[in-house]
Amino acid sequence: MGFEKFGTVSFTSQTKVNDFIERLYQGKVSGTKCKQCDAAYFPPRADCCSCLSSDMTWFDVVGTGKLVSYSTLSYAPTGFEQDLPYTAALVRFKDDIQIFGRLSKTIKPEEIEVGMDLVVSPVKLPGDRISYEFITP
Amino acid sequence: MSEVAIVGVGQSAFVRGYEGSIRELAFEAYREAMTDTQLKPKDIGASIICSAPEYDKQRTPAGVLAEYLGLSPQPTFYLESVCSSSSMGVKIGYSLIKSGLHDVVLILGFQKMSEITSAESQERMGRGADIIWESPFGTMMPAYYAMHARAHFDKYGTTEEDLALIRVKAASYGQLNEKAVYRKEVTLEQVLSSDTVSTPLKRFDCCANADGSSCLILARKDRARDLPKKPLSILGLGAASAPVNMAGRDSLTGLSCTRDAAKEAFKMAGIGPQDVNVAEVHDCFTIAELMAYEDLGFAEAGEGKYLIRNKETYQDGRIPINVDGGLLSKGHPIGATGGSQIRTIILQLRGEAGEMQVEDPKIGLIHNIGGVGLYANVTILGG
Repeated sequence: MGFEKFGTVSFTSQTKVNDFIERLYQGKVSGTKCKQCDAAYFPPRADCCSCLSSDMTWFDVVGTGKLVSYSTLSYAPTGFEQDLPYTAALVRFKDDIQIFGRLSKTIKPEEIEVGMDLVVSPVKLPGDRISYEFITP
Repeated sequence: MSEVAIVGVGQSAFVRGYEGSIRELAFEAYREAMTDTQLKPKDIGASIICSAPEYDKQRTPAGVLAEYLGLSPQPTFYLESVCSSSSMGVKIGYSLIKSGLHDVVLILGFQKMSEITSAESQERMGRGADIIWESPFGTMMPAYYAMHARAHFDKYGTTEEDLALIRVKAASYGQLNEKAVYRKEVTLEQVLSSDTVSTPLKRFDCCANADGSSCLILARKDRARDLPKKPLSILGLGAASAPVNMAGRDSLTGLSCTRDAAKEAFKMAGIGPQDVNVAEVHDCFTIAELMAYEDLGFAEAGEGKYLIRNKETYQDGRIPINVDGGLLSKGHPIGATGGSQIRTIILQLRGEAGEMQVEDPKIGLIHNIGGVGLYANVTILGG
């Protein structure tokens, strides 16, 4: 089980951080941390470019983040048309971990504002697919 | 060691749906640049062919185009950094000359965006970013720049109307540029009432797709003395990169690669932004031009809006910017764009820019971005 399941349309299936998908099914959104130098990465990476180690461990992104910016799309690439309109967003969590994703459609357009509190949560998509989204705490 | 000069420039008309092959499209810019220099094909030591490969049907176009242009058997190779490919070509061409490997190098940028179907183009758009961590969310170029716009609005109070003023300016000069794809006037009301593409960006905030080619000929300056046109020296070259994923960016209110590339280019040229008389900046979206004002140092962070409100970036303003219509009106044939921007500045510095001419410029700057601030090139030219 790997990245062929990730998002509305996935473009590649193989990466050494495939456990990210398994962890999503377990209800966790996770990054990786280097065991040698403690550098933390989101998106997760198999290799540390700070110290060149590949000895990594997982950590879960928990708690509340702040909305850095967002945009609601009226046009979509091939394969995403049925999702329109949807809102791309960047959210900053503690320790400067940032996550790019979509806002949940449960958030009304008039409620969206830069700086609002959000949490990240796995979400199951049609067709046995999985992703994560930002929801209000 | 001799300086490196740009001794010949050429550009095809930027059009929708070019009715010919990429060879013929490339030839249009090539013929204009070769006529400009009066050089013969045998004088060209090497050619660098620049485009974004996702639009090319032809695999490895460099050898195919070099043969068609009459530049075989000299060495040729392909260079790609998406929208900034031909500016990066100038950096590499400069290096080939400065190293003593070649005396004259030709940089040919092209893109036939209509080479692939609209459906194929839509599919490729989804792969323009981080395909593992961003594309599965359904992202497109306008959405990323729109997120930069929203962040800028929120932090600095910039407005949709400020961005619309940039589009109005571009259209006023696109009308003067006979090589521009979009030659109509655009009013403030038209921009503000156009369809939303990705909030807060609207259709008129986005540049015009086009097919086109550009060609630049670089030479050792001592060699350039015998040529007909005034050689303009490459005074500064800066290039930088930044994380592709928005999650790797410290801030969305500007592009760090622009600031890094500008710092390097200004240092090499030994000048600052206040010394620049005319500039071309990468306005793939209106917000991109506004951020460039600030990241290049023409305005303080957050104050780019005053440059456009006060018309300081118009032809007779303090720092004329994109007075050829920019990517917004002239068009954005990806691999050809940097070369076209550089051609505009060369014509300005020669005094050959016609109705678009600004008054007696000495120093010109070109800012060219690849992707959403993934790559940046800043080039400074002067006497």
